[in-house]
Amino acid sequence: MLEFIDKYLPGFLDNLPLLPPQASTVAGDVDLLTLVWTLISFAVGTLIVVVMIYLAVRYRRRAVNEVGGAEVHAPMVEIVSMLIPFIISMGMFVWGTKVFVDLKRPPADAVEYFAFGKQWMWKFQHPNGLREINNFTIPVDTPIKVTMTSEDVIHSFFIPAFRVKQDVVPGRYTTVWFEATQTGQFRQLCAEYCGSEHSLMGGIVTVLEQDEYQAWLNGEQFERTTTPSSSGEQLFTSLACSTCHLSGDSNRGPALHGLPGSEVQLASGETVIADDAYLRESILEPRAKLRQGYVPLMPTFEGQVSEEQLHDLIAFIKTIEPESSSREGSVQVAESNQTPGVSNAGGGGR
Amino acid sequence: MSTPAVAAQPPRETYINTDWSLRSWLLTIDHKRIAWLYLISISGFFVLGGFFALLIRLELLTPAGDLVSPDTYNRLFTQHGVIMIFLFLIPSIPAVLGNFLIPIQIGAIDVAFPKLNLASWYIYSLGGLFIVIALATGGVDTGWTFYTPLSSTYANSQVMWVAVGVFIVGFSSILTGLNFLVTIHTMRHKDMTWGRLPLFVWASYATSLINVLGTPVVAITILLVGVERMFGLAIFDPALGGDPVLFQHLFWFYSHPAVYIMILPAFGVISELMAGFSRKRIFGYNFIAASSVGIAVLGFIVWAHHLFTTGLSVYAATVFSALTMLIAVPTAVKIINWTTTMYQGSVSWDTPMLYALGFLGLFLVGGLTGVMLATLGIDIHVHDTYFVVAHFHYVMVGGAIMGFLGGLHYWWPKMTGRMYPETFSKLSALLVFAGFNLTFFPQFILGYLGMPRRYHAYPEEFQVLNIFSSAGASILGVGYLLPGLYFAYSLVFGEKAGRNPWGTVGLEWQIPSPPPPHNFVEGEEIVVTDAYDYEHDLIRDDLDRRVGPPRDAREVPVG
Repeated sequence: MLEFIDKYLPGFLDNLPLLPPQASTVAGDVDLLTLVWTLISFAVGTLIVVVMIYLAVRYRRRAVNEVGGAEVHAPMVEIVSMLIPFIISMGMFVWGTKVFVDLKRPPADAVEYFAFGKQWMWKFQHPNGLREINNFTIPVDTPIKVTMTSEDVIHSFFIPAFRVKQDVVPGRYTTVWFEATQTGQFRQLCAEYCGSEHSLMGGIVTVLEQDEYQAWLNGEQFERTTTPSSSGEQLFTSLACSTCHLSGDSNRGPALHGLPGSEVQLASGETVIADDAYLRESILEPRAKLRQGYVPLMPTFEGQVSEEQLHDLIAFIKTIEPESSSREGSVQVAESNQTPGVSNAGGGGR
Repeated sequence: MSTPAVAAQPPRETYINTDWSLRSWLLTIDHKRIAWLYLISISGFFVLGGFFALLIRLELLTPAGDLVSPDTYNRLFTQHGVIMIFLFLIPSIPAVLGNFLIPIQIGAIDVAFPKLNLASWYIYSLGGLFIVIALATGGVDTGWTFYTPLSSTYANSQVMWVAVGVFIVGFSSILTGLNFLVTIHTMRHKDMTWGRLPLFVWASYATSLINVLGTPVVAITILLVGVERMFGLAIFDPALGGDPVLFQHLFWFYSHPAVYIMILPAFGVISELMAGFSRKRIFGYNFIAASSVGIAVLGFIVWAHHLFTTGLSVYAATVFSALTMLIAVPTAVKIINWTTTMYQGSVSWDTPMLYALGFLGLFLVGGLTGVMLATLGIDIHVHDTYFVVAHFHYVMVGGAIMGFLGGLHYWWPKMTGRMYPETFSKLSALLVFAGFNLTFFPQFILGYLGMPRRYHAYPEEFQVLNIFSSAGASILGVGYLLPGLYFAYSLVFGEKAGRNPWGTVGLEWQIPSPPPPHNFVEGEEIVVTDAYDYEHDLIRDDLDRRVGPPRDAREVPVG
């Protein structure tokens, strides 16, 4: 549609754009859905308004004592006026839900990024640990999944050009995914009112060609950064998590090897999946979902670790290798293969 | 009329001239006088809320936030929302037109609990006072939605005063709703069966149900925010172990039905106007009545469509999307039935009808974009943008306020006994319609382009559309100012309206204007007909008297 308007009304879109740039894989789908809905609405709306004006003119009052005709019974009109909106809206519901599911379900090979919202800035973290503030540099044609949380109030991560939006909620992780199809710079905005500088809490998303992105990541301008998992490993030691959660002969805390993603039997009898949210909660509030067979010994870490540190810890926990190596009391940290060029501080025993 | 109206007679006693003292007004238990107390209060708050809107539109003329500071701007839109919703829209039609008309329309001399009715106004005023104190002592900047944890732990403005004010005003809604429910159940004239009730009464009935069932939930929610703010009890604050999204569920469980509290009474007014100014039995009476109740019930199970971007599960989102879209069905029934009522009617283009037709057009846009918003794939992109702002203003302003103004223009002669200048009133209806569209239509495009709501400063590419919007707002402002002027003018200089100036059917048009203190003239019988029965001899005679033979020659006693 954009090309069409640009062809016949050159310059129009520059002054009065109707659509934001279509720069992600889902943008076209969302626009098509909106366009069809708009056309249906225009058709229905115009029809009703035309009928309304026609009736108001055709049956206008011609004498002060004139009254209308007898009551009209037309059950077909009622049936049709219920059936048509029902059929149209249910059809659009199915289509809209399909687009929504595509928006919500990231592909399995999506590269994982992390973002924090806080009053009034956005912090982004690349898989190799590189951090940016209010600038988010990503490669084109690469599915990207961003896990987000807030350090204070609710924010909302919004990139109009990608047609994606996801609230960023303190105390929990939410995720958004997208795949940019165009290089260039796009606005990233906060869509949930978050206090004084809400309208200035925006950033720029810079989409680079994949090789440019790699070059940018390895660029001289950045100091060598540590990966989230290696920062997490240091924390794991300094917070003394390793005392109870690594040594095979201790029953004080469950071993974490192979935990992420597995099913956990709770003391309450329930089972939960050990996803990021579970790991996060168990660090902050260990008693909330106590694992079966353990006593609540662990202190709470609420207020002692920041959201970024939590993210690092979880990143580290995911790299702990299964049982076999743990018996020796050592930990192997999996090599991060997403970002060649940045070596991983490998796992040493302790 | 058994007593012919002759100018030489001493002035007839009406509910207005029965006692002019201020005391008699402030202690009145007459539902008609209480309606006036509300009309004056809500008009004051409407002007205040409109003033905030004016400043918002002025600020948004330029992309930079240069007129007021960010904190001031945040207070402006918060206070605009709080005042317009809680102090203007929710009480507008029910407390003014409902209070005045429901007892008369069902043939009763008052509501079931007249003292409670007066108490409701005092409770409303007390709540309003708390909110005014909050404004005077620094204002509030949480947004009218009070989302936690911004409102509970991060806001430094007068959140508590406003919260307590909203809490108190809620009781006014609950008590008024209760009063209407009992009145409609127990006070109907012996001939006024449920199937004969005017549709305005049906709509008020449905609204009252929501008020009684829904308002306590928002009261509890606000109480919980207060408890958390004051005592640090963990409910919504994640730092304490609470859940901020829980607040949104509780808040919208009331506030979505509250949308119907605001729009259903307008539906009732529009039904009266479409039938009255087509002088014809409304098309599909049963369907319109049932659809009001249907919307009230459905309105309770769609709240989570306000939470599609919070990370609600895909399954929950799907269910709420489908339920929301179902509301298109009863809404379409109403629009089609209203439109079809004009078929073979005698359609007059008097001012109230202009408002009614304007309502149909604007509400149509509001409704259709509402179904678009319920579509999950679209909502994610336009959620919390100006698209939503445009949508709910089309419903709340284009719908509810157009309905309120239409109703006020229709029943003004009954309330005051005076007519207002016709040319000015038609001009105002046109200005409101044109100004409204110029203000809010560009906001649909702005929203789709990605301009988030509640933005003090915005990217430059959005300026052209914002200028359109602000220009429209100035026209809209004039359109709203005019009725205030000519209504005041009509009180003194307006032509005498007579009993039934529009030639419409309804018990209220069988009694003098303004009505006597106890609504119905003692000794005069009233005739309860089916609603909108324009084939009844009563109305035929009434209309024929206006033309043809002189009035006295065909004076037929009513009833």
